[in-house]
Amino acid sequence: MDWLISFPQLDPDLLLSVKRAIDGSLKALTRTWGQGIEDFFHPLQVILILFERAMTGVPWPLVILALGAVAWVSTRSWRIVAVAVALLCAVGLLGLWEDAMLTISLVLTSTIFAILIGLPLGIVMNRYPRLGRVMSTVLDVMQTMPPFVYLIPVVMLLGIGRVPGFIAVVIYALPPIIRLTDLGIRLVDKEVLEAAEAYGCSPNQKLWKVQLPLALPTIMAGINQTIMMALGMVVIASMIGVQGLGLNVLQAIANQYFTQGIFNGFAIVAIAIIFDRISQAYGRRLQKHREAGHD
Amino acid sequence: MTEAQSIEIRNLYKIFGGNPAAHVGAVRAGMSKADLGSKHGHILGLRDINISMPAGKIQVVMGLSGSGKSTLIRHINRLIEPTSGQVLVNGQDVLRMSESELRDFRRTHTAMVFQKFGLLPHRTVIDNVTFGLEVCGIGPDTARKTGLRWLDRVGLSGFEARYPKELSGGMQQRVGLARALASDAPILLMDEAYSALDPLIRTDMQTMLLDLQAELKKTIVFITHDLDEALRLGDGIVILRDGEVVQAGDSQSILLRPADDYICRFVRDVNRGRFLRVESVMEETPGDGMPIASGTVLEAAAAALTREGQDAALVMDGARRLGRLTLRQITSALSAG
Repeated sequence: MDWLISFPQLDPDLLLSVKRAIDGSLKALTRTWGQGIEDFFHPLQVILILFERAMTGVPWPLVILALGAVAWVSTRSWRIVAVAVALLCAVGLLGLWEDAMLTISLVLTSTIFAILIGLPLGIVMNRYPRLGRVMSTVLDVMQTMPPFVYLIPVVMLLGIGRVPGFIAVVIYALPPIIRLTDLGIRLVDKEVLEAAEAYGCSPNQKLWKVQLPLALPTIMAGINQTIMMALGMVVIASMIGVQGLGLNVLQAIANQYFTQGIFNGFAIVAIAIIFDRISQAYGRRLQKHREAGHD
Repeated sequence: MTEAQSIEIRNLYKIFGGNPAAHVGAVRAGMSKADLGSKHGHILGLRDINISMPAGKIQVVMGLSGSGKSTLIRHINRLIEPTSGQVLVNGQDVLRMSESELRDFRRTHTAMVFQKFGLLPHRTVIDNVTFGLEVCGIGPDTARKTGLRWLDRVGLSGFEARYPKELSGGMQQRVGLARALASDAPILLMDEAYSALDPLIRTDMQTMLLDLQAELKKTIVFITHDLDEALRLGDGIVILRDGEVVQAGDSQSILLRPADDYICRFVRDVNRGRFLRVESVMEETPGDGMPIASGTVLEAAAAALTREGQDAALVMDGARRLGRLTLRQITSALSAG
């Protein structure tokens, strides 16, 4: 009756040998190709360091000015500009300026890469419905996977450091931008699309002149989510050697530094609020033409 | 503008469903719409449509919702693929065109106006009007000049920098019309273009279309569910029901000789005096009366006779006498139906 009490598992020896075989071959793979893979991703390293240097090396008044300018240009709202500048100043006063800049630079680069990869994938997903269904399943899996799991393969292939952390962040932040690009294109009014067809648009003209512009507000919502997920993952990626606010939080957990945890937590929330407000207000501004007057 | 173009629709069938080709034979042999739906799960869109639309005229296709009229118009520029049949524009079969030929055909030969306007909400009025030109690759300066000219023609100059949503429905449809006219296509497809507009604005738009047509002489296919509109605009009228043509003819023949009870029911509510013309009800009998030009509608003829205190009119085509018409004949024509 033993098999009723405890679940009949496969032979332990078999499981062990399977694990050994897979792990062993992965290790062999990294040993043989490790250098090649690292060389392949080297340009990323260069880009990341460039961004980091830019963010940390520039005098702080310039950074605040630049942030204020970006906030103004994209939202045209003094309130949001004031909130963003005030929050950034508060982070600086807490002595977390440098770490905050590292975190922001990684969030920015990974968001840019996520958009560069995700937008075309979203378009592909929309244009080929069958492939789209497969992609949708993959995205479902990706979105239910715990974020820590993303760290495992990149660490195995690339070790710890900036680049593997960056890759994990980009992959983790990809699903919303892909999904919402697809959704945005699907939501475009059928009659408008028909009009584009009737005037002889080629598929590319349809995409650039009609579908993407009309999907833009939805895509912006996707970008907003991607930024938020990137920020969350940047903190988690501190476990594999990504510097910035996340690392301080990790230390605070390990050593039970309560105040350090609170301060860094606040800084992360502040950055999240800044990015969120700006990207949402920009998204709303893109929809201005839809609100006015008659329907 | 390219020469006006005639449109010939021949033996056109459209069946919606999973495997339409398998059922077209049965439908041709006479299977009913209801049978096709209940036994085979396919929907009959159009059955054996044959219409020839002469160049430079307004052809109205009329029917209630579900009659297949919007499906039919979409076959002309092939937004919908037929199950079988031919659509010939100046003798060229639209259904045989390759993808790029079709795109070219749509850019240069047809322009379309939609019931819900189909304007691009993110573009200003002028950028909507020049959309067709832009798609053809015409430079922005030339396109803008053409666009502004047509905006002026539809009475919207000064609105070019607005967005569509800022305009009323009637104005939006003027933008739609300007967009269609700007592309300079010889064929204008109007899919219930005025159905979403208020009655007064609709009448204005009809007048504008007739004025423009007097000058442009395009081949216009106009879809409507409103018989008044059909009678007012149509040089030729086709009435569809359940995907089949039930009557084809001009306004006079539909009013005077409705093909069946279905059309009789439509015709009953129409103000006949406004659409019946004197030459349709006159008789070629001798006698005299006051001269009235052919083409005058009965309402106007009756008013003129009453005003002059006469009871008979001579229908004249220029100086030629066509026939004679009495007030009694007018009254009986108005009350028939």
